[in-house]
Amino acid sequence: MFNFFLLILIYTGIYALMALGQNVITGYGGMLSLTQAGFFAIGSYATAILATRLGWSFWATLPVAAILSAFFGLLIGLPTLRLKGDYLAIATLGFGEIVRNVLNNWDSLTNGPMGIQKIPMITVFGFVVNPYTKYAFLAMLFIAVFIAYLLFQRLARSRMGRALTAVREDEIAAQSMGINITKYKVYAFILGASVAGVAGSFQAAFTLSVSPGTYTFMVSVMVLCMVVLGGMGNFKASILGAFIIQLISYLPQLTGLTAIIPPQFKQILFGLILVIMMIWRPQGLLGRERIKYSKGGTR
Amino acid sequence: MGIAEFFQHLMNGLTLGGIYALIALGYTMVYGILKFINFAHGDVLMAGAFIGLFVFDWLRGSAPLGAWTIIAFFLAMVVSMAVSALLGMFIERVAYKPLRTATRLAPLLSAIGVSFILSNGAAWAFGTRSRKFNYPFDNTPITIAQVVITPHQILILAVSLVMMIALKLFVDRTRMGKAMRATSLDQPTAMLMGVNVNKVISMTFAIGSALAAVGGILIALDFKVYASMGTMTGLKAFVAAVVGGIGNISGAMFGGILLGVLETFGVAIFGIPTGLKDTIAFGVLILILLIRPEGLLGKVEKEKV
Repeated sequence: MFNFFLLILIYTGIYALMALGQNVITGYGGMLSLTQAGFFAIGSYATAILATRLGWSFWATLPVAAILSAFFGLLIGLPTLRLKGDYLAIATLGFGEIVRNVLNNWDSLTNGPMGIQKIPMITVFGFVVNPYTKYAFLAMLFIAVFIAYLLFQRLARSRMGRALTAVREDEIAAQSMGINITKYKVYAFILGASVAGVAGSFQAAFTLSVSPGTYTFMVSVMVLCMVVLGGMGNFKASILGAFIIQLISYLPQLTGLTAIIPPQFKQILFGLILVIMMIWRPQGLLGRERIKYSKGGTR
Repeated sequence: MGIAEFFQHLMNGLTLGGIYALIALGYTMVYGILKFINFAHGDVLMAGAFIGLFVFDWLRGSAPLGAWTIIAFFLAMVVSMAVSALLGMFIERVAYKPLRTATRLAPLLSAIGVSFILSNGAAWAFGTRSRKFNYPFDNTPITIAQVVITPHQILILAVSLVMMIALKLFVDRTRMGKAMRATSLDQPTAMLMGVNVNKVISMTFAIGSALAAVGGILIALDFKVYASMGTMTGLKAFVAAVVGGIGNISGAMFGGILLGVLETFGVAIFGIPTGLKDTIAFGVLILILLIRPEGLLGKVEKEKV
């Protein structure tokens, strides 16, 4: 039981990374991206392929995962984000399906539906982080989440954070203040994408095997739910949301009611969370974080 | 490639395109009036296909193929259209109407929630296996001038053509259609002129959902019925709506047919592997957004402060 709780915490960590990225895109930028799963998959496969085929260490694959995700983010972001309207949502929705499609069909690289097994474990200064014993992995993961959180918190207080807030509130007003709206939207989008890529690397290093079935649309909806439930535009809330959603998704196993609760239960609940939160509490559980600026400018 | 083969692929593309066009109409009508993407539209299509399947099987019983099965099929289609229209209106009333004055993101997120509830609800209620929609008639192909046509293809073309003409007449000629066009053009002014905007929006969802149900039934005859069938089909239909110019009814019809033909030709003529067939629509979307984001038949709209 306790072991199971550790598992939930590890998935909270992995999903919290994705949720932080989604929060930059959706919470700060006000853009709807539906493909954290796609970037998650790209990150996982980057780590899996480089580590098994070329013998790279995990730490060398991590930046590749981030950059590769950012590159694909740029590829979708550039044509869709310079337009008004919600084309990003539909393009990202398609992108997620395409990624899975390619992973399933490109046998020579991804080994098709079978996936890639025997991914080497992470080593830190010669110490092997064994995912089966969980503690070391959990500690490492939470250091990563903490670093990401600090970086994003800084970002929100920077010029970019303020520019994104302005763009979200009123594009035309932001534009007339001299903000290049496309530039900042694309930045935010590729930033969010690259964090999801990093989360994918950790996922690959945790499960030690990857297969296309893991990276479904449900993952993207879960991440979106985390951000909406916690509160858009609040990084702490994204992490809290990640924990609550993970808890919900393992509720049948935790309570031992797997026989009674249908497998679709959690998905239906995620859908309900989105609708109900939008109608009754659009600001989420914690609400948007107000940033106070001291007199001497930004802190 | 011979002429006959070309026409063969064209025929296959046109039938697929006809279905895309029917579904694209729902996206484009809602977008025209409410300026938001109804993500649940693809799942209404799935619901329509399930209702059609159940009603048809129930009406048919164990009757052999014949006049009765064809009548039963069309009856099932009408029932499915009616129920789906109610479903569409219900979704709008519950999940979108309270959010009409909220931020732009709110109805989109709500729509994703509805889509997820519908597709997973269906998987829970009806299981995840795919069901076969039995042909209501003998589907032996006919050969006309070396081009093989199945009766099913003729059915698709005829039904989608009738539906599209009916919709076009409705929107262009009736009072309700006029109200729809007015609401789409300028909602506050339409309201001042005495148009009941709530009724117009309900009607839009009803019509869009009914057309999606028809599309769902037609596509089910070839590709079976399952809970997640709406996702990919819905996505492609949306691309079709964007290609034609989102918000433009004729554009959606044109875009749907064009996308169907492109997809068929992409596999048959340009040799894109079947496994990557679904990427074609996506490529078309990116291309159209780069070259002509307002769509082929759309007009550029200036944004006013």
